[in-house]
Amino acid sequence: MTVYGRRRAVNYLVMTLSLAATAFGLAFLVLVLGTLIYHGAAALRPSLFTETTPPPGSAGGLGNAIFGSVAMTAIATLVGTPTGILAGTFLAEYAHSSRFGEVVRFVNDILLSAPSIIIGLFVYAAMVVHMGHFSGWAGAMALAIIMIPVVVRTTEDMLRLVPNSLREAAAALGAPKWRVVVTVTYRAAVQGMLTGVLLAVARISGETAPLLFTALNNQFWSADLNAPMANLPVVIFQFALSPYADWQTLAWGGALLIAVAILFLNIGARLLAAWSSFDR
Amino acid sequence: MNTSLAQVLPPEPQAEPAAASLPVKVEIRNVNFYYGKFQALKNISLVLRDRQVTAFIGPSGCGKSTLLRVLNRIYELYPGQVATGEVLVDGRNILAPGLDINLVRARIGMVFQKPTPFPMAIYDNVAFGIRLYRRLPKSELDDRVEDALRRAALWDEVKDKLRQSGLGLSGGQQQRLCIARAIAVEPEILLLDEPASALDPISTQRIEELIAELKSDYCIAIVTHNMQQAARSSDFTAFMYLGELVEFDETERIFTHPRVKRTEDYITGRFG
Repeated sequence: MTVYGRRRAVNYLVMTLSLAATAFGLAFLVLVLGTLIYHGAAALRPSLFTETTPPPGSAGGLGNAIFGSVAMTAIATLVGTPTGILAGTFLAEYAHSSRFGEVVRFVNDILLSAPSIIIGLFVYAAMVVHMGHFSGWAGAMALAIIMIPVVVRTTEDMLRLVPNSLREAAAALGAPKWRVVVTVTYRAAVQGMLTGVLLAVARISGETAPLLFTALNNQFWSADLNAPMANLPVVIFQFALSPYADWQTLAWGGALLIAVAILFLNIGARLLAAWSSFDR
Repeated sequence: MNTSLAQVLPPEPQAEPAAASLPVKVEIRNVNFYYGKFQALKNISLVLRDRQVTAFIGPSGCGKSTLLRVLNRIYELYPGQVATGEVLVDGRNILAPGLDINLVRARIGMVFQKPTPFPMAIYDNVAFGIRLYRRLPKSELDDRVEDALRRAALWDEVKDKLRQSGLGLSGGQQQRLCIARAIAVEPEILLLDEPASALDPISTQRIEELIAELKSDYCIAIVTHNMQQAARSSDFTAFMYLGELVEFDETERIFTHPRVKRTEDYITGRFG
């Protein structure tokens, strides 16, 4: 066999294996989404959004759980985004090569890969035990703690992609450092940073374990963040494990809702990223 | 020998006998510079005269860009870089501790090798430096921006798209935008770090014409790899080699009767 023939054979072989691997991965994704849509579509009625979680055997929806999830995710985002962006800015712009910066970066990376159930247990010990009851605040805090390291990391990475020549050019005009960061560096990195925030929101919107220990659940309509709060992941967990067919259908519906929400967040992140490269 | 010298000579050398008596704007005294342990500048002393162009030439790594970066202390953005000695601007040492370097930098414009437009509108790019230290009424700011763009020979090309991103301009236009941005704050000194090396010949020519025009208002220091450019556009030339200042004199003299053999070898293309 000639050298060229052998190379072509290897090329075909590796190509076939790659395609097979891709098909294998995609097949599961399609199966998961297909099952979700097949079972979840049955639950998609207006009452899914307007009514609260029912006792077994009666009609109802997921209104309280949707509200709780949105409320806790929103609070977590409001807490996590500024904290994460400020910490990421500190790491990228001020503690670039300092010892302290290295320690913070290392700790942040550990937090980034910490199992979310540990965060839940931590907030349980730090907040729930002291307050004496589960609460929406505790749930929001747990989600914020999960979100912060993600935002810190993406913010730092995005800021470090900004060429130093831009910082030099701004400093050479007499701009103080904070002004360089706020008016030039942020502007160059803003799309990437927002993309990171969106991906972090997508990440926390499906978290179950930390909420089990913090917000727990609430059968009734409640906008009181100081009380246990319903949320989609925990309701799905509870309803899916129940023996009641109508609860199981609602669980499918909730799972579909979360999947669609995350899909839209990811599309939003993609659009932001595409917009940024177009702008340049 | 004579033929190679003729190639680098300006076609019509402008005799400026009074050049050496013009007022000194910047006096560099015994400057040493270190990147960590490596010494990049060795005891440099020379003066930059007002309303004159001083060119810094020399092979890569000779320290010419480093010297320029000392003149506005931009090297300070990076830890581990240290300069010693004195740089007197109008008699005041800007290397002295305790001085607000941002106020000094506002009086010293700098243009870099690669164009560095900020990711914002053309108008905002030019207005950036003005807005740092002055709050002007809109109409006055408009005038300043237009004036800077005109002086940078860019106005006619961008006047209808001032609100568009500066990143959408061509390389040569971006560099002229950076020059407009630098002169918009009306600095007294202009530092140009190989401003034309990333540009095509036509853009390069425009930049050189610009330097010739700006000379009447500023003290200009230009680092260049291009000896013809130094010969064409400067009044004084400093030849540097391995961190040392080998020879510093009026450009005409450097390119016709260099005193040091190494200078002659470099400008005639024997090495470098």
